[in-house]
Amino acid sequence: MSTFQAVASERNAADAVYNHIIAAGEGWIYDLFPGQVLRIVDVEGNQAVDTLFYSKEDPGDHYSAVRTITRQNNIYLTTGSVLVAESGRELLQITADTCGRHDTLGGACSAQSNTVRYSHDTLPMHNCRDTFMLMLAGRDEFTKRDLAPNVNFFMNVPVTPEGELTFADGVSGPGRYVELTALAPVTVLISNCPQLNNPCNAYNPTPAQVLVWNAEGGEGDV
Amino acid sequence: MTASFSITMGPGGKWSAYIGKGKSVTLTAAGDSANVSALLYHAAYPSERYNMPDSLKAQHTAFYTAGHVLMSDQGRVLASIIEDTAGWHDPLGGYTTRKGTDGKYGPTSYQQERNAWLRSGEENLTVELYRHNLTPRDLSAPVNFFSKVVCELDGTMRYVPQPTDGRSVTLRTEMDVLLVVSNTPHPLNPSAVYPGAAVEIRITDAAPMTEDDLCVNHCGENRRAFENTWNAYALMKGAN
Repeated sequence: MSTFQAVASERNAADAVYNHIIAAGEGWIYDLFPGQVLRIVDVEGNQAVDTLFYSKEDPGDHYSAVRTITRQNNIYLTTGSVLVAESGRELLQITADTCGRHDTLGGACSAQSNTVRYSHDTLPMHNCRDTFMLMLAGRDEFTKRDLAPNVNFFMNVPVTPEGELTFADGVSGPGRYVELTALAPVTVLISNCPQLNNPCNAYNPTPAQVLVWNAEGGEGDV
Repeated sequence: MTASFSITMGPGGKWSAYIGKGKSVTLTAAGDSANVSALLYHAAYPSERYNMPDSLKAQHTAFYTAGHVLMSDQGRVLASIIEDTAGWHDPLGGYTTRKGTDGKYGPTSYQQERNAWLRSGEENLTVELYRHNLTPRDLSAPVNFFSKVVCELDGTMRYVPQPTDGRSVTLRTEMDVLLVVSNTPHPLNPSAVYPGAAVEIRITDAAPMTEDDLCVNHCGENRRAFENTWNAYALMKGAN
């Protein structure tokens, strides 16, 4: 089996320049300067945090799951992983992680994919894709085409050598977090997942917390 | 059956076309280590496109073979895989880049090698997308037909050679689609030699779907995605 490696951070919440709770089912969009550090906290545990990244300099250049995983030859993200865009541009690096493994293949739930996966009557249920679209619609630089396969922080999507893929109970727990250091100007888009039809949120969606620290040398310092 | 159309992509080749629903599209490899990176879009409304995560999670799979379908981000079936003699088609490995191609096989250029220069998936797909007024913004995870990538339990991705010479895979279009393909190596193929398998694409009218259809009946998820697709076409069809 895989070994989860927890890497803790020395950063103190009191020094953060930004500190916000994203309620279950809510969205969040935020711009990071290079060198700034984003911490995402799984406050109550077993919560999937669906996240996309874009180059602030070229908003059409979205996070690329396949380029990211092929570059590191591993489908899971953890400390040391570099998240790259479709152009190959390096966007962020994971610099601390007390969960140990994050999903790159499960994507975001949508009303339409819920009808496929569960039943046609799930169409009205709140979902991540709706949150993503509502947040992107609030910014002139984005279009629907910018929706791309996303990262699911704290979510467990095991793949077997035989090619089976499942959604399993979380590998995370209360207070676990992941920290990402921006390597370029980056827009972060989060949907705090409202899915109730599978164990990705332990059938009980809960809040996520986001904190931002400035770079050591100050804002914008790399 | 109407007359069939066929075209052969040499190593490094690329192709794209609008293909109506109900067509049978067979890719046949003439050689081992074949890899075709493929993207699919709704022909009329290309913001609806093949979605790797939606397809994988609905079918609980990390690879494709006969019985699987390629779903769009709207919960519909763009194409289904009705026959397959290769066994495994990879949805995870992405496409080769110019930088990666130069790094692995040595730099080549049109100036030096003329048309024998080594093409990349990134450039091939970009050009074929741009031909249809799409841009790198529309690039996403492709299906890599003929390639096998196994994920170990720790997540490590491992390219596993499988015989492809003479093997084929047949898609049936379930919607009017834009198909974009690039006959370029799999990014995780460790060989230092640029693969040289030509791939033929043959398109005919598909046989009518029957009650026991392999792809519709593969799982409840597939049936519901087909129902979404049929409903969408029923809504688009005029009453008179």
